[in-house]
Amino acid sequence: MNSERKTAPDTPVLRMQGITKRFPGVVANDRVDLELYPSEVLALLGENGAGKSTLMNVLVGLYRPDAGEIYVRGERVEINSPRDAAMLGIGMVHQNFMLVPTMTVAQNVILGIHDLAFVPNMREVSQRIRELSDRYHLQVDPRAYIWQLSVGEQQRVEILKLIYRGASILILDEPTAVLTPQEAEELGGILSVMQSEGKSVVFITHKMGEVIAFSDRVCVLRQGAVVATRNTEETTPRDLARLMVGRELLFRLDKQPAQPGSEVLVLRDVYATNDKALPALSGVSLAIREGEILGIAGVAGNGQQELAEAITGLRHIKSGELHINNANLTNCTPLKAIEAGVSHIPADRIRMGSVGDMPVADNIAMKGYRTPPMSKHGVLNRQRIGDFARRMIEAFQIATPAPRTHVKFLSGGNIQKTILAREIDACDTLLIAVYPSRGLDVGATESVRRRLIEQRDEGRGVLLISEDLDELLTVSDRIAVLYEGRVMGVLDAENADREALGLLMAGASAEELPGASSAVDEPGA
Amino acid sequence: MKLVLHKRETVSKRAVVLVPIVSFAVSLFLGGILLILSGANPLVAYGAMFRGAFGSSVGWTEVLVKGIPLMLTGLGVALAFRLRFWNIGAEGQLTLGAVAASGVALFWSQRLPSWTILPLAILAGCVAGALWAGLPAVLKAVLKVDETLTTLMLNYVAILYYEHLYHVTWRAPGYNSGTERFPEFAWLPRIAGRAHMGIFFALILAVVLWWMFKHSRWGFELKIIGSNPTAARYLGISIARSIVLTILISGALSGLAGALEVLGIARRLQQGVAVGYGYTAIIIAWMAQLNPLGVIMVAMMMAGLLVGGDQIQMRMRLPASVGVVLQGMLLLPMLAGSLFTEYALEIKRPEKLPVAGLQQDVGKEATG
Amino acid sequence: MGFALLLTSILTITLRAGTSLIYATVGEIYTERSGILNLGIEGMMLTSAVVAFGVAYYSGSVWLAVGAAMLAGGTLASIHAFLTVTMRANQVVSGLSITIFGGGLASFLGERLGPATNNYALVGLVGPRFSAVVIPGLSEIPVMGALFRQDMLTYVLYLLVPLAWAYLYKTRDGLNLRAVGENPQTADAMGVNVMRVRYLATIIGGMLVGVGGAHLSLGYAPGWSENITGGRGWIVIPLVIFAMWNPARAVLGAILFGGINAVQFRLQAGGTTVPSAYLNMLPYLATILVLVAMTSWETLSHHIGAPAALGVAYMREDK
Repeated sequence: MNSERKTAPDTPVLRMQGITKRFPGVVANDRVDLELYPSEVLALLGENGAGKSTLMNVLVGLYRPDAGEIYVRGERVEINSPRDAAMLGIGMVHQNFMLVPTMTVAQNVILGIHDLAFVPNMREVSQRIRELSDRYHLQVDPRAYIWQLSVGEQQRVEILKLIYRGASILILDEPTAVLTPQEAEELGGILSVMQSEGKSVVFITHKMGEVIAFSDRVCVLRQGAVVATRNTEETTPRDLARLMVGRELLFRLDKQPAQPGSEVLVLRDVYATNDKALPALSGVSLAIREGEILGIAGVAGNGQQELAEAITGLRHIKSGELHINNANLTNCTPLKAIEAGVSHIPADRIRMGSVGDMPVADNIAMKGYRTPPMSKHGVLNRQRIGDFARRMIEAFQIATPAPRTHVKFLSGGNIQKTILAREIDACDTLLIAVYPSRGLDVGATESVRRRLIEQRDEGRGVLLISEDLDELLTVSDRIAVLYEGRVMGVLDAENADREALGLLMAGASAEELPGASSAVDEPGA
Repeated sequence: MKLVLHKRETVSKRAVVLVPIVSFAVSLFLGGILLILSGANPLVAYGAMFRGAFGSSVGWTEVLVKGIPLMLTGLGVALAFRLRFWNIGAEGQLTLGAVAASGVALFWSQRLPSWTILPLAILAGCVAGALWAGLPAVLKAVLKVDETLTTLMLNYVAILYYEHLYHVTWRAPGYNSGTERFPEFAWLPRIAGRAHMGIFFALILAVVLWWMFKHSRWGFELKIIGSNPTAARYLGISIARSIVLTILISGALSGLAGALEVLGIARRLQQGVAVGYGYTAIIIAWMAQLNPLGVIMVAMMMAGLLVGGDQIQMRMRLPASVGVVLQGMLLLPMLAGSLFTEYALEIKRPEKLPVAGLQQDVGKEATG
Repeated sequence: MGFALLLTSILTITLRAGTSLIYATVGEIYTERSGILNLGIEGMMLTSAVVAFGVAYYSGSVWLAVGAAMLAGGTLASIHAFLTVTMRANQVVSGLSITIFGGGLASFLGERLGPATNNYALVGLVGPRFSAVVIPGLSEIPVMGALFRQDMLTYVLYLLVPLAWAYLYKTRDGLNLRAVGENPQTADAMGVNVMRVRYLATIIGGMLVGVGGAHLSLGYAPGWSENITGGRGWIVIPLVIFAMWNPARAVLGAILFGGINAVQFRLQAGGTTVPSAYLNMLPYLATILVLVAMTSWETLSHHIGAPAALGVAYMREDK
């Protein structure tokens, strides 16, 4: 759908200039400039945490920028709430749909409209919705209840809602993340209709394929700053991948070659679904041996989280088998997995990995408290727990005022070190680390990585899930790429290059790669 | 101008201490207005209430009489609330505990050696309370049925059953209502006035619970589940099992309260068991911030307000309900104030944009 | 013919007994629809009953008394709204405090508002009341005639219930209200003022509960006595579930609860000894079954209309 227009002929409908937004400890947006032209589809591309959603939340008035200016149709505007944005014709479809499931499509569409009649004429509303859905190819029954609709249909209702309110600038936050491939294709059609009707669209994504298929121009963000803006026609996926992940290597870690032993983890043809009951793992087969680190590369949302949860007993395995140390632990309880010596550094360190309202010492003890010396006959030995915690705080250099300080008052890096201390101490066979250095500063990142290698050298298997290619390349021994719940290929970290990984992450198969060293491992062979 | 709440970096220690004290002062002040409007000098009235409750041995024993069931139900509720299980069924659990204890005392005396009756009656009360709480706990653990409403419903069922028993089925011949008096060996010994041995149960159990919360694996797991159930599951703790076990104990504590009440005070099943202790217990548990030792103290204070209210009725011809009004009023400023332990209030002027880099972003507009 | 007469009298009593329940239930439905659970109804009903009787006794105007009762109910509800909406306090605990406070306040006022001749108490006094207005003709219809032998507050219900239903399901404000109770984040994002809706729903709900209290002391059991509600405030909570948060169905539930009492009364007068306690338990047990069915069959719960955000404080997490 790339239109003939390559350079912008007219004035931008939207201009963001020098937008800076800081959160405690991070700069989410760093002097970002962005322009959007009439009848244009602009892709906002970047890794997780690159600042795409923050930028758009500034635009719809959910966040207030620390610096910068916004111009809509040439006029400087101040946007303080979603309502202000709506008045300017700006609307956003969030990743989590803003819909009331127990109400009909029509009711959802008119919810909160201010000049609505006290008793709305629902027949008229439905009629108008039908007109709009015909014009924009957004087929949906106005009288249907939201809970009866598929995810794709719900997304259409979200878009209809914006159009019904007269939005001319539409922002879609990762619109295909929740869609089936067919639905994603239909979305492409919808975007081109909107474009031909004169609407401007910004869509946030981290998938190169969508950028190429849907957009006219692409703006690439990295670490909060714009690194490039290109016309889509003049760019390639490889080009974009390089821009998105960057080139520079941050660390060189001294690492001895791996000395792999017997297999500690074997997955055979594992299938599982995500929280929305959509397929998340579709026939994953993997093996990890003692003394090696297997990295899992992939764009977020391609089954990584579900993989970690399936191995640790937190997610139901629909079919396939899971063996740890030659014991079949398919669908065991989380406790069984812990007892088998599996440790897990979860992606969400605040909601899952730690208990904010409890002391650092207790958080460190949360795996070892079941057995002596920390407890005997159901009675905790506070003395021993304290000693252990102090030892760990020192060994892992956790910066905390005291062992009894509640974890919620620590910084992200120190919370992560607390989890690391607990999990590494309890680890016997297998360590699963999910985005272990996400959001950490340089020093903390390095110490996390060293710990992983240390575990490997002590003969444990390590599964490292990361979005950071540098991390994967420096830390892992082998790298498997997950795409849409399938393993696309397993590469030796030594010979793997970023571009090959980038292509696999974008869905290319291993055979298509020039000079890639190996295909999928045969687990258990 | 805008009032903006923003989350504090640490829990304010000052607020933790100040909020209950200020709340008590506010409720005394508001109660004082009520007293002035009804033509009484609040200072004199409060003085009389205090002396009535704590100024004589009779007052003290009556405070204990009301305090014992409040302590035990308060402990039961605090235990459940630690798990974020909103058990508001203490009233029903207490009532059934009284019923079961009465059943044993009335009907097993002929068949079993007399020395076994009192302990068995107490035990029966615990079991009945536990089972009555266990039903909603199982529904919650297995089917995720909301416990607030099921525990509340079961209160009515228990009370109706109890009323039916003392009005009809178990009614002593010749009475309008109420059962026969229990045989003497089923009486719970008294220590002074009407105050009975139940106080020892309450004190010992409070200390045991306090110790368990601090030092046992069970207490440790309760804290984890209550603070972050997702983390609890990830750490391998079985949430369903913990809920059911803990709530059984919670119900047993309330059942015990009911058993002791009939065995120690009326010594027969009659009107006056379900008088709202189970609801007051919720306020007590909350004010004590779910700390078992705190429950004992707050329960004594609440009992003091009730007895003090009775006293000023007798001495100053003021309504005894002053005590209840103060009870209800105590928690209201406290509920309002507890926000300030986690949030700080700040006045913002609209002209000034927030200074970059400060924490002001993380906040909430309280009023426009 | 004797049977028809029996039915008529049962229905008459049922409606009389059910009026206060219907007012309070419709009020609580509005409150809960906004996502606020108010367990303070018992206290609010008691306070408004005593206020209503006191005002009626001195002013002689029953309508002024109803207004005062609404004010009393609304004031207590606004305390609940302030605590739970603005201060984000636990709704269960706040509601129970209101019940205890309101109950205490009611008995305090009952012993203070009276004339000196009655030792300042209201107990035992006789004041103006709503008496039955028998509508000629219509009241002669067999059985259904019972509908037209009621007092004015009951007649108001015939108008109020359909209006309440239409307001909730057919108007813009009703739509906003339901959205707030169902998904406050969405309602907020769509421009609905969540705080304002919750305050209004809680206070209006409290005023309706107040009318229910007034009907007790001015219509159903004229006069003031301690515990005049006989636990009616508590019954409202299961009634709301029973009505599945629909004002029209609230009538059925209230009639069922009120009817059980009336039937019992008749049966006992007739010498039958059905253990009334077991009969009385049925609605509560049925409520538990409704709760279980609702939770275990999620699709059903969409039809039932339990507000998804009931009991959950809302705060816009601005970053």
